[in-house]
Amino acid sequence: MTKENIIAPQNIVYKKPSLMNDSPMHYCPGCSHGMVHKLVAEIIEEMQLTDKTIGICPVGCAVFAYNYLDIDWIEAAHGRAPACATAVKRLWPDHLVFTYQGDGDFACIGTAESIHAMNRGENIAIIFINNAIYGMTGGQMAPTTLMGMKTATCPYGRQADLHGYPLKMTELAANLEGTCYITRQSVHNVAAINRAKKAIRKAFENSLSGKGTSLVEIVSTCSAGWKLTPVEANKWMEKNMFPYYPLGDIKDTTIEKQ
Amino acid sequence: MSKISGTIVVDTERCKGCGLCVEACPKKIVEMTTKAVNKKGYPYATQKDSDLCNGCTACAIVCPDGCITVYRKKWKEEE
Ligand SMILES: Cc1ncc(C[n+]2csc(CCOP(=O)(O)OP(=O)(O)O)c2C)c(N)n1
Ligand code: SF4
Ligand code: SF4
Ligand code: SF4
Ligand SMILES: [Mg+2]
Repeated sequence: MTKENIIAPQNIVYKKPSLMNDSPMHYCPGCSHGMVHKLVAEIIEEMQLTDKTIGICPVGCAVFAYNYLDIDWIEAAHGRAPACATAVKRLWPDHLVFTYQGDGDFACIGTAESIHAMNRGENIAIIFINNAIYGMTGGQMAPTTLMGMKTATCPYGRQADLHGYPLKMTELAANLEGTCYITRQSVHNVAAINRAKKAIRKAFENSLSGKGTSLVEIVSTCSAGWKLTPVEANKWMEKNMFPYYPLGDIKDTTIEKQ
Repeated sequence: MSKISGTIVVDTERCKGCGLCVEACPKKIVEMTTKAVNKKGYPYATQKDSDLCNGCTACAIVCPDGCITVYRKKWKEEE
């Protein structure tokens, strides 16, 4: 069997989702943002919601997400995506409304908007890319930066007495009455990617059916900020991020309600 | 005997040479160029000359930039 015999349209078993357009993404090689963008595109395509989805972009590396996925988007001010999503979802209750936010956006400057939108139980899905750093601005410490982790603004490593403790927004969100589905996932290998995809799909379904706020944290890499190769960054994440940010579902009220 | 053969096509201009596909391939048949780069200056992924590919899609699933298309074909070996 030659390569030429195998390469035919009817034999395609995997290709880039068509919702992800051909514009080259500005992300660094291996960046988790690209991976999650691809999942979001696949899910919206599979749910046939292309014309019924509104995404809210953050400030952070994903600020240009609207250039890459051909759905409707709004660009929110830094951290204000959940407030923006609140308005959009209330005006378009039959639409899928989701925010896509980094840890600096969701868990730092936007903490108030994040907590209150979730506490109000807005029927939105939040995709939270936690790479424990401000990627876009050059790798500064975030509230999520791990203890001892070195960044541009804590060159000797994060210390509790000086910087406080890494913020677990996802556990916090699970304690809010308004949230229905809270999970922490990652995209570092095929199995993890499949689980993350199921989680995002579930969050999207919850937004559509109005079950409350869903939060999908994706523990992510920032190889540029961490100063590692993409392959090393995945290994570093497994060793250092997963013990503090353990993967799995934290809350799911949709099971009880069924 | 029924066989399954696969192959991949890499969008080499979109590829950023991150190497995640190399790591993901269970057959160890994806490699990075060492003597060629694309227009952006990145080395890019290529499949080694091998008939080991079964079209499992692992390399393509982990590619953050969606650069890999996977083809799989079932066929019967002539006796
Ligand atoms: C009001 C305001 N304050 C600060 C900034 C600078 N700024 C841009 S992105 C960013 C943090 C981004 O980090 P994160 O949300 O974790 O996204 P990442 O790039 O890591 O994906 C900051 C502080 C800004 N653009 N606007
Ligand atoms: S700086 Fe970090 S988060 Fe931003 S694109 Fe590069 S790897 Fe991704
Ligand atoms: S489809 Fe599977 S076997 Fe073929 S190159 Fe990709 S990972 Fe390797
Ligand atoms: S995973 Fe994608 S971008 Fe990275 S080297 Fe392979 S084909 Fe290129
Ligand atoms: Mg970040």
